[in-house]
Amino acid sequence: MESIENLKERTLEQIATASGIKTLDEIKVAVLGKKGCLTEQMKGLSALDIEVRKQFGQQLNTIKNEIEQALENKKQELSARELEEKLKKESIDVTLPVRSENIGRIHPVSKIYEEVVAIFGEMGFEVADGPDIEDQFHNFNALNTPANHPARQMQDTFYIPNLESDNFDDSYVVRTQTSAVQIRTMEKKQPPIRIIAPGRTYRSDYDATHTPMFHQVEGLVVDKVTTFANLKGCLYDFVKAFFELDDIPVRYRPSYFPFTEPSAEMDIGCKKSKTELKIGAGNDWLEILGCGMVHPNVLKACGIDPEEYQGFAFGMGLDRLAMLKYGIPDLRTFFESDVRWLKHYGFMPLDESSMTGGLSNNGGLAR
Amino acid sequence: MKFTLSWLKEHLDTEANVEQIAETLTKIGLEVEEVINPFENMSGFTTARVEDVQNHPDSDHLHVLTVNDGKEVLQVVCGAPNVKKGMVGILAHVGAYIPLFNEKIKVGKMRGVESFGMMCAEDEIGVGTDHEGIIELPANAPIGLALSEVYQADPVFDISITPNRAECLGVRGIARDLAAAGLGRLKPLKINKLVNSFKSPIKVKVEDFKACPVYTARYIRGVNNKAETPKWMKDRLTAIGLRSISPLVDVTNYVNYDLARPLHVFDADKLKGDICVRMAKDGEKFVSLDDKEYVLDNQSLGICDDEGVQCLGGIMGGAAKGCSEETVNVLLESALFAPTCIARTGRKFQIDSDSRYRYERWVDPNSNVLGSDYATQLILEVCGGEASDIEIAGEENYQPVTTFVRPARLKSFIGMEVAADKIVEILTRLGFETKEEGDKIWATSPTWRGDIEGEHDLVEEIVRMIGLDEVPAESMPRSYFPVQVLKPEQRRVVTVKHELASRGLLETVTWSFTDSRLAKDFRRGGEAVLLCNPITAELDEMRPSVLVNLLLGLKNNIARGYANVSLFECGPEFYGRKPGEQKLVAGGIRSGMTSKKHWLKEERLFDVFDVKADALAAVAAANGPYDSVRISTDAPAYYHPSRSGALRLGNNVIAYFGELHPLVLKKFGLKQRVEAFEVFLDNIPLPRNNKDKAKKRLELSALQPVDKDMAFIVDASVQADDIIAAAKNADRQYITSVGIFDVYEGENLPKDKKSVALTLTFQPKEMTFSDQDIETLITKVAVEVKKKIVSAQLRDA
Repeated sequence: MESIENLKERTLEQIATASGIKTLDEIKVAVLGKKGCLTEQMKGLSALDIEVRKQFGQQLNTIKNEIEQALENKKQELSARELEEKLKKESIDVTLPVRSENIGRIHPVSKIYEEVVAIFGEMGFEVADGPDIEDQFHNFNALNTPANHPARQMQDTFYIPNLESDNFDDSYVVRTQTSAVQIRTMEKKQPPIRIIAPGRTYRSDYDATHTPMFHQVEGLVVDKVTTFANLKGCLYDFVKAFFELDDIPVRYRPSYFPFTEPSAEMDIGCKKSKTELKIGAGNDWLEILGCGMVHPNVLKACGIDPEEYQGFAFGMGLDRLAMLKYGIPDLRTFFESDVRWLKHYGFMPLDESSMTGGLSNNGGLAR
Repeated sequence: MKFTLSWLKEHLDTEANVEQIAETLTKIGLEVEEVINPFENMSGFTTARVEDVQNHPDSDHLHVLTVNDGKEVLQVVCGAPNVKKGMVGILAHVGAYIPLFNEKIKVGKMRGVESFGMMCAEDEIGVGTDHEGIIELPANAPIGLALSEVYQADPVFDISITPNRAECLGVRGIARDLAAAGLGRLKPLKINKLVNSFKSPIKVKVEDFKACPVYTARYIRGVNNKAETPKWMKDRLTAIGLRSISPLVDVTNYVNYDLARPLHVFDADKLKGDICVRMAKDGEKFVSLDDKEYVLDNQSLGICDDEGVQCLGGIMGGAAKGCSEETVNVLLESALFAPTCIARTGRKFQIDSDSRYRYERWVDPNSNVLGSDYATQLILEVCGGEASDIEIAGEENYQPVTTFVRPARLKSFIGMEVAADKIVEILTRLGFETKEEGDKIWATSPTWRGDIEGEHDLVEEIVRMIGLDEVPAESMPRSYFPVQVLKPEQRRVVTVKHELASRGLLETVTWSFTDSRLAKDFRRGGEAVLLCNPITAELDEMRPSVLVNLLLGLKNNIARGYANVSLFECGPEFYGRKPGEQKLVAGGIRSGMTSKKHWLKEERLFDVFDVKADALAAVAAANGPYDSVRISTDAPAYYHPSRSGALRLGNNVIAYFGELHPLVLKKFGLKQRVEAFEVFLDNIPLPRNNKDKAKKRLELSALQPVDKDMAFIVDASVQADDIIAAAKNADRQYITSVGIFDVYEGENLPKDKKSVALTLTFQPKEMTFSDQDIETLITKVAVEVKKKIVSAQLRDA
C-alpha cells in the first residue's frame, strides 16, 4: 500500500495541476469517495492497535482536511477562471445606441402657464377660466367699452353670428382679451378677489408679430385697500421671479385701457443687440404688460360699489413671456406643430415649476 | 401722430433738447415710437466746389465736372442745366444712399465718361422739392461740410396717442401737455380777430342737431388756389408724411394736425343753393373725393346742397364740389359732429380719414369758430381773397364736466400722498379751473378734454404728471403660507399634459379655428360655428375637434420630411355659438413608425393599441374612475369602422380612440395610417370627495399568489373585453388580475373561431391554496365565461 505521505503529495500535486472542476471531482472520488484510497485507509483503522490507531487516525484526518481544503481552494480558483472566460465570451458592444425612447415635450405656452400660476399662486391669486366665445357684454360693454368706442376698433375682433337676433350688437365675439373673465368672476364672487385668468385670445391680425390667436394672462385684485403702489409691487415681484433675476429695472408709462384708470404700461430693462436680447440691466426698454386700477364703471357693471372697493388689473401675453424668457424668436412658430420646433423649444415632462423647487431647469438634456 | 421739432416749438417755448422732449413725452403717456433725424442715416454727402465744367464729348446736355470736396478732386458727370464753374453744391460720394431713388451711388459711366459721384438736387436728399437743377449754395460756403452742417435738421417725432387723448392729435395739445409737465411754456395762439365783413351768400341749416350740434361756414371770395403753399407749411406736412396738394387743402390739413380741428373746403361756385346738414335718404348716392361711390342709408349724416350729399359729414368730402386749382370762391366748413354718428358711418362704409379719427375720439366742441378764424387767416395769407362773416347753425356752448378729487382718496387709491396745492397746480397747468372746498378740490375740465368724467380721471391726470415712477412699489400683503390655487379640474389638466408628454407625445398648440371644409367630417351632429369675418378662408370655423388641426400639423411635418409623428393638444372644441358651448379635450395623433430603423429591430408602425393606451393613461392622469371604464366599438364615422372604440363610463363617452378613416385622411392628402385619440376631460367626473387624500388601505398578503393559464375557443367576433370581464366576475375575492397572453386564429381551428389565452392571478387570503382550491377557481372561471359567451369552450391545456 502506498504510504500516506506519498498519497498526500501525489493528491495535492494532482489537485494543483487539475485543469477543470470535473478533474477535481474525479480526484475527490478517487481519494475521498466511498472507495477512495484515503477512505480505504480510514476503514483499515479499526484493525489497528488502539495507540497506533489513535496516532494514525489523527494523521489521516489531518491529511484529509488538507486535501479537502486544497480541493475547495482549487475549485474556487477554477470556477472563478471559468466564469471569467464565460463573461469574456459574452462581450457586447456597449457603444451601440440604446433602445429608442420617445420622450415628448410640454409646449412653451403650457410651461409659462405653470410658471405664472406658481408665482401668482404664492401671492394668493386663484386661477379663473372663462369661455373662448363671449357675448359683447362681457367682452366689451362691461369692460367700459360701449359700442362705437374707438377701442373696439383697436382690437380687430372676430364675430360669430347670433342666429336669434338680427342686431349686430347681439352677435358673439371670440374673446379679444381674457379681461372678460374679470367680469365673469366679479358676477359670481364678492370681494376680496384675487384671480389670474390665463387663456386663449383672438384678434384678426396676422403678421410677423401678431397671430390671430395668442395667449394672455389677466390679473384682477378687488378689495378695500389695494393701491396703485401694490400694483407696482406685485408686478415687480412677478417679473423678478419670472425672469429668475435678483433685480430687474422696470418703468411705468401712462397709457389707456377702457377698463382701468389710471392705466399704465410696464417696461422692463434689457440689452438689445442685432442678434440678442438680454433681459435685465441695459440701455433699452421692453414693453411687457398693460395694467391699471380697475375703472369704477367696471366695478359698477358687476354690482360692486367703487366707493367701497378698489383694486387693479393687468394683462400680458403668455407667448410673449415665453419668447422673452426662453429666447424664442418668432411668435408664428408657436402654432405650427413643427416637430423639430416642439422638441427644441418644448420642455421635458418632469421639468415642473414651483417657487420653492425652482421655476425651470436649465434645459434638461434632450433625448 | 407725427410732428417736427420746429412745429412743436411754434407752440412751446422750451430750451429742452430732443432727448429730453422724447423722454418727457413717454413719461406723461404720449409714448414715443420713434424720433427720426432726417440726416442721421445720410452719410457720404459733402459740400463741394465745381472747379471746371467741360461739355460731354458725346452728349448735348451732359457736362463733365471737376469737383473739389476739400479732400480730393473728382470727375463727375452732371446733366443739370444750372451747373456752372465755381458754384458750390452738395456732392453725393460713391456709396452714398439716395432715398429718392432707393439706391446707392456707384462708379458709373455715362456715355463713355466715368463719373465718381453725383451733384444733388434738393429733392434727392430730402431738403426740398426742387428737381429743376442742382443745389446752389452761397459761393463762399466752405467745402467738405456734412449735410447736417449745412441744413438745420428738423427731427420728426412719431408718438402713439391713446384714444382718450384726442386733443394730442394736434401739435398744440402735445405742447400743452409738455408745458404742464414743466418742459417749457405754452405760447399764446395768435389769431387775428376778423373785422366785420360781408354776409355769406350761402346760408347754413342743420336738421339734426344731435348728430351735428354746431355747423359754421365762411365764404371766402377771390382766392388764388394756384398760389404756392408756404415752404414752412409744406415742409411740416411733408415731414409727417402728408402730400402737399393745393394751398386750400394744405391749410385744412395743417389746422387738423396743428389744433386737432378738422375742417372742410367746398368750391363755393360749384354749390347749388344753401348748405343743409341732414341725414341722407336711404339709397342716396355719394361719390367721395377719391371717386368711390357709396349708397347711403338714413343714419349717414350728409352735408348737402340742392343737388344732394356733397360731403359725408366729418368723414370725407365729395368729388363733385371739391376745390381745384381753378377755385376762386371757397366755403370753409368748421363744425362739430357726434362721435357715435361718425363711428357708425365710418365703420359701415369702412372709410378711414384723419377727420373721422379725430371726431370719433373728441374734437373741442367750442373750437368751431376759433378753427374757422385760424384757417381763414392762413388762407387769406396764402391765397389772398376776402372772407365773409361766419354763418353759424346751432350754438357753440358746450359746458364741460365739473368734478372733484379728494386728496385723501387719492392717497388711499394710489398709495402716495400728494399735497392739495400740488394737485391744484397740476390741474391748472392742464387747463382745469379749480376750486378748493372742504376735503374736495373741484375741477372744471377744459373743453378740449372729452375724457374727464370723475375723480378717477383727475387722479390719473395728477399721477401722470407727477410720474408713475414716483409712486412707491409695495408688495402685495399675502398670507404667510400659500394655499392651493388650482382647482382640481384645473390641476388635472396639467397632469394629463405631463402624462401624455412623458408617453412620447409632443404637446402642440394650434388655432381654435380651422378649415370648415376639412372640419365637416368631425362635427358631432352640431352645426358649424362659423366666423363672420375669418382672417383667411382656411380659418373660418371654430373647430369641432382638435384632430383637424393636428392632422394638418402632421401633413406639414410629413412635407418637411418628418413622417413619424406623435402630437397632442389640450384645448377647446366647440359645439355651439354661445358662450360656454365648448369642451376641453386632450386629443392626439400618432403616425408612422415608433422609431427610426434600429439595430434591435423593435420598430413598428404605431397601432390602435398605442392610442388606446394614451387615452387610458390620460383618463388615469385625470383622476378618472379608471377601473369602471368600459370599451365600446362605436367611435364616430371619422374613425376606421372596425379599428376604433370609445371609452365609456355608463352612457357617458369619455374618450374615442382608433385608426382614422382612410377617406377622411384622403381629404387631408394624407396617405399614411394615422392613429388618434380624443379624451373629453369635462366628461370625466372628479372623485366625489376630492379633499380626502387618504388612499385605500393596502391589504398585503403573506401568501404567494398563484398564476394559472386558461384558453377558450370562441367565435371570432367575441370581444376580449367581455371574456376578461366574465373571468374577473367569476370570483371577486380571489381573482386579482386577468390578462390575455395569446390570441390565435388559423390552422387547427375551425373558420370563424379563435383561441384566446388568459393568464389569471389567484391571491389566497387565509391560507395557501390547495390543488383542489385552484381547480375550483378554474372551474368557476370556465363556467362564468361559458355563461356570458355562448360560443366559449375551454381548451384543454
